[in-house]
Amino acid sequence: MSSAPDDPGSPLEELAALVADGVAEVAAVKRLDQLGELGGRLLGKRSRLSSIRAGLRDVSADERAELGAALHEARGRLEQAVEDRRRELARAETADRLARESLDLTEELGRGRIGHAHVITQTWERLEDVFVGMGFTVATGPEVETDWFNFEALNLPPSHPARSLWDTLYLRTDGLEGVDDEQLLLRTHTSPVQVRTMLRAVREGWGPPIHVVCPGRVYRRDTADATHLPVFHQIEMLVVDRHVTMADLAGTIEEFTKAYFGADLTSRLRPSYFPFTEPSAEVDISQPDGSWLEVGGCGMVHPNVLGACGLDPEEWSGFAFGFGIDRLAKIRHGIGDLREFVSNDVRFLEQL
Amino acid sequence: MRFTLGWLREFTPVEADPVALGELLSDLGLEVEDARVVGEVPEGVVVARVVEVRAHPDADRIRLVDVDAGDGRVLQVCCGASNMVADDLVALATVGTTMPDGLRIAARRMRGQESNGMLCSARELQLGDDHGGIMVLGTPATPGTPLAEALGLRPDVVVEVDVLPNRPDALSVLGVARDVAARLGLPFDSEVSPSVLQDGPLDGVDVTIEDPGLCGRFEVCVLDGVEVGPSPPWMAERLEAAGMRPINVVVDVSNYVMLELGQPSHTFDLARVPGGRLGVRRARPGERLVTLDGVDRELDSSDGVVVDGEDRVVALAGVMGGASTEIDGTSGSVLVEVAWWDPPSIAATSARLGLHSEASLRFKRGVDTAIGARALERIASLLVEHAGATVRPGVVRVEGDLPVPPVVALRPERVGAVLGESFDVPSIRSLLEPMGFSCAGEGDLLRVGVPTWRPDCSTEVDLVEEVGRMHGLSRLPRTIPVIAQAGGLSESQQRRRAIRRILLGRGCDEAMPLPFLAPGDLERCGLEPTGLALANPLVAEESILRTSLLPGLLGAVAYNAAHRADGVWLYEIGRVFEVGGGVLAATDSSVVASRVLDGEREHLAVVLAGEDAAAAVRLLEAVVEGVGVAPMVLTNRPLPGLHPGRSAEVDLAGVACGSVGEVHPDVLDRLGIAERVAWLQLDLGVVLSMPVPPRQALPVSRFPSTDVDLAFVVDDRIPAAAVGATVRSAGGDLVRRVRLFDVFRSDALGDQRRSLAFSVRFQADDRTLTDGEVAELRSRIIDEVTSTHDATLRG
Repeated sequence: MSSAPDDPGSPLEELAALVADGVAEVAAVKRLDQLGELGGRLLGKRSRLSSIRAGLRDVSADERAELGAALHEARGRLEQAVEDRRRELARAETADRLARESLDLTEELGRGRIGHAHVITQTWERLEDVFVGMGFTVATGPEVETDWFNFEALNLPPSHPARSLWDTLYLRTDGLEGVDDEQLLLRTHTSPVQVRTMLRAVREGWGPPIHVVCPGRVYRRDTADATHLPVFHQIEMLVVDRHVTMADLAGTIEEFTKAYFGADLTSRLRPSYFPFTEPSAEVDISQPDGSWLEVGGCGMVHPNVLGACGLDPEEWSGFAFGFGIDRLAKIRHGIGDLREFVSNDVRFLEQL
Repeated sequence: MRFTLGWLREFTPVEADPVALGELLSDLGLEVEDARVVGEVPEGVVVARVVEVRAHPDADRIRLVDVDAGDGRVLQVCCGASNMVADDLVALATVGTTMPDGLRIAARRMRGQESNGMLCSARELQLGDDHGGIMVLGTPATPGTPLAEALGLRPDVVVEVDVLPNRPDALSVLGVARDVAARLGLPFDSEVSPSVLQDGPLDGVDVTIEDPGLCGRFEVCVLDGVEVGPSPPWMAERLEAAGMRPINVVVDVSNYVMLELGQPSHTFDLARVPGGRLGVRRARPGERLVTLDGVDRELDSSDGVVVDGEDRVVALAGVMGGASTEIDGTSGSVLVEVAWWDPPSIAATSARLGLHSEASLRFKRGVDTAIGARALERIASLLVEHAGATVRPGVVRVEGDLPVPPVVALRPERVGAVLGESFDVPSIRSLLEPMGFSCAGEGDLLRVGVPTWRPDCSTEVDLVEEVGRMHGLSRLPRTIPVIAQAGGLSESQQRRRAIRRILLGRGCDEAMPLPFLAPGDLERCGLEPTGLALANPLVAEESILRTSLLPGLLGAVAYNAAHRADGVWLYEIGRVFEVGGGVLAATDSSVVASRVLDGEREHLAVVLAGEDAAAAVRLLEAVVEGVGVAPMVLTNRPLPGLHPGRSAEVDLAGVACGSVGEVHPDVLDRLGIAERVAWLQLDLGVVLSMPVPPRQALPVSRFPSTDVDLAFVVDDRIPAAAVGATVRSAGGDLVRRVRLFDVFRSDALGDQRRSLAFSVRFQADDRTLTDGEVAELRSRIIDEVTSTHDATLRG
């Protein structure tokens, strides 16, 4: 159906043939790069179309008008054909790529990597957040303590029988200047932070009033088993102000109970004994099954403790509430054996 | 403290509802640990007489026992125990009986021999802990009698209360009953028993107190003609319920009265006390005593002792008696002693010898200073009744320094100020007086006499506590104090959490190893063995405080790898303890330093198993960028425990505060870790306390930027970061980014040299940079780098 170049016939006929041949060629192209090449051949500077256009100046004015219009139409049709084909091929190529690239995304499941905070940290932060929401700030202290802060300032003078309540780990002091034996120990509770906070407040003049919680790691001379660890964690709340009472303590614990454990649970106080508080009480939290869970101890800061911290017990009063973080983590997450906390087994850590 | 409800009801008529009683006791501060029914003998368990014990023809461990269960027939029973002989009276569970554990007794054959019932031990019947053999009755009974009837058993409730250390009075049935009666308004201790002792001189006995500080009171009586046999079943039963094993009537009566009244006593075989003379003094160095438990003990001059007329030690005061004067089956005259011992002395001796008895427990907490006479009376009357004894007339009473109970001033207003609920004088009196406190005065000040059994009450707040306790702490109103401050986390606390979030986000799990190390752990990790040692570790494996988080985290990597979890990424935030710097704080309140040991630091460390140092550096950058401390400088240098060619010190804002790199292959080898382990450590205390001013935003340039790539060949010893810094400084303000995009080594570059290819981006805020400007910057950078670092520009 093509005319030989050496037998052009009339220019109009040739144009018609050019278009017909070009459209057929375009339709036969299978790839976009070939289409670009063909487009250049059909429509570029060195195409037959361009050379016919160049020959326009050699024809008569009448013919020129007719041929010009035919040229315009021929170029338009070829351009259209190329463009249509380009779209077609692009669509096909995209479809082809999409088909090639299709994935089973479920193959990727199980490969994501996110770290897991230790369940004690999770519980610790959660508790901090509850207390912060109640208006408390957070104070910490050293884990290596002196006998004075850990015991004596807390109304536990040397040889106080209640010292035996704590199985204390002491540090060897040879090689350390300025301390005697049995003076350096690993704190047995977070209560020394209370003493430090009160002393600092008095010395620095910013309190009382004092409203702090003291979370931290504590130590006890104990063998690790399912229910004991030599290292565990406590958090203690301390309020010191004028005219605070045991009723305030009970109310604050109740508020904490509802915020941390749930709005439908309640707390109760049972008399107890701690040398650093009087009156002292155990704190129980009601459970959905109607039983009571013992969570910690509390009481009114003992006048001797206030005195040791430079506060006049006739002017100031305070209350404290402390409990074990590990125990709450254990209960909340159904952990059977406390040794899991120090196993660092990723099969444990990554469940929580 | 364990006792039965029936025993308690001898002192106050409390209702016999175990659940209600449990709640009541707990609300009084006598926390109930356990309450269960005892003494319930299953129907069908009867007394049987052993007729004959024979061997089983086919089983060595089984006896064939013929018993007479009262109906005249002889029953054959197979039995695993062999502690019975003919004519013993034993407990037989007849066919059809349901045992306490639910087992139903049926007639059956054992190894071919028929067995018509089961002979029971005390434990199988839940009548005691004795599982040594079949229960053999000590008292006569007719075969066929129900066992409960023969033993005079009645079901009772055993209550176990956890007595607080400040409440020695509650270490007795009497004391518990007093609290219960006071709370419920019930009559208390109203029964008066007739006196059997007669005051006056006691023939043949003489007592001297040489150390009045040790012994406040020493009272003695003598019982003659004591028959040392078993105690009556009801007493044995109560002792067993209380967790004490019945021994013989003399020992049992002593224990019984201790549990009942809280006063321990000691009995001497009078025949073994020369001259009937006893003395009280401190031990002399070198003195020894064989105590009742058969242990020969060396005494100390702080120990209180009782000596005989020849000044030989016969008892360790308040802790344990001596073997030489122990009552045995033959004795006739028994000297009974009750005393009040100085609590700290008893506590010291008990602790020093590790000897903790029921007596020492009570003495060290403080026995009622006035109960002695009553206890002596009770012991004597029980021995008269149950051991056929007669009382020798007369009682010896010698006194040392006995504490006088204080009279404490109590302001009613103060009660309200502490408890948050006002109590007027009548209500305070109605709460305190039933417990034995005496109240005098009215209005602003009550003078409260403390009873002899409450050594815990000596100050006003002690009495406030008693008012609150008796009223019920759970009945106090609940108010919420106004907190006139904003709660919140401090800057550094928030930053710690931010760091944690970054590490978690990048896939690290949080580890929490024990902070204790075994000797050698630090050396194994390539660290100096400078850890502080514990003075009293329980085990050597936990005897040293860590100076680094490295051993613990590597231990965790090894543990996980051994459990088929390799490639673990773990971080830890925790304290380490270095000796350097010594002790900061004085031993009292004069210094309130934030730490006692200068070397107590909070560290952050990360181990990335299966990763190389590069991963640790990238993680470090993320952390540092996340918390905003700057600038960070890494200095390549060998560090303890780390790969010497892959470790660097970390400086933040000019402060050396960490290390990064890879763990030394030798260390990994020693710990059996097969993977590489990347390591990162920061002194978190330093990082958290660095000031981080709010970052300031600069406008982003709207003009085009130009990238120029430059490759320099430099010596291996010159850190890329140093070259990069030179590039940046030479390019000045117009350098917006310097990125090392390729490191290349080849023989052509020469030994120990490598090519560092940087892409440098230039951009101005106010114009498009011209080609000329960029060319000028480029050549300035080339000049600066080549001259500063002995570098050459690569092709």
